[in-house]
Amino acid sequence: MERDNKDNGKRIDRREFLKRFGGGAALTAAALAGCKTDDGTSDSEGNGEIVPGKMTYRTNPKTGEKVSILGYGCMRWPTVDNDSARDSDGEIDQEMVNRLVDYAIEHGVNYFDTSPVYCKGKSEHATGIALSRHPRDKYFIATKLSNSSPAVWSREASMVMYNNSFKELQVEYIDYMLLHSVGMGNGMDTLFARYFDNGMLDFLISEREKGKIRNLGFSYHGDIRVFDYLLSRHDEIKWDFVQIQLNYVDWKHAKEVNERNTDAEYLYGELQKRGIPAIIMEPLLGGRLSSVHDHIAAKLKQKKPDESVASWAFRFAGTFPGVLTVLSGMTYMEHLQDNIKTYSPLKPLTDDDMAFLEEIARQMLRYPTIPCNDCQYCMPCPYGLDIPGVLLHFNKCINEGNMPSSSQDANYRKARRAFLVGYDRSVPRLRQADHCTGCRECVAHCPQGIDIPAEMRRIDKFVEDMKQGRPF
Amino acid sequence: MLRKFRLVVAGVFFIAITLLFLDFTGCIHKWLGWMARIQFVPAVLGVNVAIIVGLVILTLVFGRIYCSVICPLGVMQDIIAWIGKKGRRLPYSYSKALSWLRYSFLALFIVVLVAGTCSLVTLLEPYSTYGNIASNLLQPIWKLGNNLLAFFAERINSYAFYETTVWIKSGVAFGVSLGLLVIIGIMAWRNGRTYCNTVCPVGTLLGLLSRYSLLRPVIDTDKCNGCSLCSRNCKAACIDYKEHKIDYSRCVVCMDCMENCKQHAISYRLRTAKKGTEVPPVKGNDNIDGTRRGVISGLGLLASTATFAAGMKKVDGGLAVILDKKAPDRHTRIVPPGALSLRNLDKHCVGCQLCISVCPNDVLRPSDKLDNFMHPVMSYERGYCRPECTKCSEVCPTLSIRKIDVAGKSSVQIGHAVWIKGNCLAASEGVECDNCHVHCPVGAISMVENVDNSSGPKIPVVNTARCIGCGACEYLCPARPFSALYVEGHENHRTI
Repeated sequence: MERDNKDNGKRIDRREFLKRFGGGAALTAAALAGCKTDDGTSDSEGNGEIVPGKMTYRTNPKTGEKVSILGYGCMRWPTVDNDSARDSDGEIDQEMVNRLVDYAIEHGVNYFDTSPVYCKGKSEHATGIALSRHPRDKYFIATKLSNSSPAVWSREASMVMYNNSFKELQVEYIDYMLLHSVGMGNGMDTLFARYFDNGMLDFLISEREKGKIRNLGFSYHGDIRVFDYLLSRHDEIKWDFVQIQLNYVDWKHAKEVNERNTDAEYLYGELQKRGIPAIIMEPLLGGRLSSVHDHIAAKLKQKKPDESVASWAFRFAGTFPGVLTVLSGMTYMEHLQDNIKTYSPLKPLTDDDMAFLEEIARQMLRYPTIPCNDCQYCMPCPYGLDIPGVLLHFNKCINEGNMPSSSQDANYRKARRAFLVGYDRSVPRLRQADHCTGCRECVAHCPQGIDIPAEMRRIDKFVEDMKQGRPF
Repeated sequence: MLRKFRLVVAGVFFIAITLLFLDFTGCIHKWLGWMARIQFVPAVLGVNVAIIVGLVILTLVFGRIYCSVICPLGVMQDIIAWIGKKGRRLPYSYSKALSWLRYSFLALFIVVLVAGTCSLVTLLEPYSTYGNIASNLLQPIWKLGNNLLAFFAERINSYAFYETTVWIKSGVAFGVSLGLLVIIGIMAWRNGRTYCNTVCPVGTLLGLLSRYSLLRPVIDTDKCNGCSLCSRNCKAACIDYKEHKIDYSRCVVCMDCMENCKQHAISYRLRTAKKGTEVPPVKGNDNIDGTRRGVISGLGLLASTATFAAGMKKVDGGLAVILDKKAPDRHTRIVPPGALSLRNLDKHCVGCQLCISVCPNDVLRPSDKLDNFMHPVMSYERGYCRPECTKCSEVCPTLSIRKIDVAGKSSVQIGHAVWIKGNCLAASEGVECDNCHVHCPVGAISMVENVDNSSGPKIPVVNTARCIGCGACEYLCPARPFSALYVEGHENHRTI
């Protein structure tokens, strides 16, 4: 979930070559090749060569080390099929991973965030290969104790997972170690089962004392009691950092996006009170702040025609001084280049800009999409549904305006066809919402706490209404 | 001139009727559906007196132009014969009518039609024979072409074309269609209209009428020089140039002879007109020009139709494997709403496959049972009989599937769902599931407490009085390969 640039055609979107995502990477690259700027320093979106050395850095108050404001989320490494490893079964394209890492380090990125479970368990290995080609003092590695499945709650299984991270990443010490996704599952009970009852947290603290772990923190989603509880024990545990979901929609409207979430304003404020640096995930709200409804995109473009839609969200997250780094899972070179440009150097938002984005957030909430971030934690569905595929198709149709709000709409017929034909294209029939049994297996896995079966039933009803031509 | 006119009209009919069988969207039936209804046997089975009378009059006036223009199987044979005779200067020769054979076939056909032994009707009847070939062999190719367009449409964000599944609906039907095409194709390739004049019951029946047709091609004995060109080019093998006689029971009025005659000795005119002075028969050369190599290349033509079996669905990454559903062993077959009863369907169905070609939900397929061979049967492995669809009832050219409307459809009970406890996830595996209950369009399924396991999930019960047998529960049941609910057909459909 620390990954944002789901929208792999973002560049195209910005260039307005195509007003939808899903464009192939080859096309993206071709589009970019055609819009090189002359001096390479222009603020325009045309992606010229980015001059290294301008990256904005933040200082870790404990160690004094300088961390780049752009952090590399390693949960979507590219595959040989030119896809993200999270979405396909293809092998990770190690050569491309190496190129991305080289480019990132060359341009000042020094924070790499991975986990034993990312990319179907292959991310740490690939990240380790790419990073081990660089001097150890050139980068910081963040990984997690991702023992979310009850099968690995035991101390033994957790230890195996922890030790394996060192092996995969080819390192002697880990710079940033996180308890992964606390607040998920069954809230406090799950937290205790994963980290307290089995003594794993005590173990990690002892590892920090030994220097095997340089910074210890947690990433948080969901149940606010877990967040408050862990911070209440700060004096004793001494959290070196905390990873939270922060973006201009979640800042004040987290509950409107998702009942389960808490406003980032509160989360960040709590960390500031205690002087704990924040690491930001979901700066793009799972790509939903880069592929936005047409009329929202128009407003952002009107204000800054040369800046990408996504750059607003990155600047927002980076503007807060207590933020150590902003994570973005970048599958394609174009994402990386664009984000480096946004942060080389960061131009903080003014108060006017902040107010403008608050207004944008309010307008965005009038076109409610389902808060799916395509993290695939719900998958595989035991009955073969492509859950994120269904939810993202629904969101996409909202964003493209292909969503008849009523069967009386003037463009109802056109929108209906686009929705139904597009549905079959995005998701094979046997994996569509109508096959949901309501077994609720997925619900506990969703970090956004989406009531997936309820959404499946809602989308299925919508599809049935359109197929049967029922008025709605 | 007359021949060219015949060619154009025949081409239009042939393409239009073929499109009826290819078009899986069912939208061209609105404009072209009448072309299926004017076919002779469908009109008989549909008890469409006006059309039967019209066709009888047509034949009595013009001869068997039905066989040259309206019948798609006839035109298909003309096309095959046209290719087959290339390189053969004088491909055919006169032969005597095999009357005993054709009347035997006609008698057999009438007997089976009355007796209701439908598998033979389907195999003997020309329109359904063509329907089988077009639906089972050509439609898959057509769909693959559509899918190619859909592939490109998707890439340019167009919604003009959408992908459709290509599958062999019945292996037996596919094999029989292929066999029919090969047999009829070889006959046509070598000898033109042999099938029409020895096997086809419609041809034989119309031949009885066309003997007395008002207009007919006639050889003017004054002009004829006995060159035999007419006879050697007659695909119906019905011109005896030595006797200056044409067998009008076999002539399909193709007008080829009129074009071929260098003496302009043959003309299409009223039977009452004078046909020249009686002359003694001419002495002709009788070498039979039998070319056999056509047979082999004729088989080559068919090879392309066998290539579509490929294209199985690929399994996506990160997703659970979904087993294909298997059809349960149904005690009574299910037939579409509008069919009224199994008896009504079998009595009127000619087995032309039109309804099957047009079913958008992949529910209908040809039966491979002997006593209702090629008739539509329903099964729900790939979809269910959706409430908004009445396509099959719209296209049926006979009375086998009567026209129904969307509102009426939901009250026609074609079968009822049967629950198999051992397959039900809620009952046997304790998994929460109510997908059948959620999707039942008539609310016939309720979820109740399981008395054997009251702490476990609720289980479905079917109110068979309300169930219409649409198969939504069977199709959407997560149990695979056999569903926990399956539909048993009803002999007689009921309105509930």
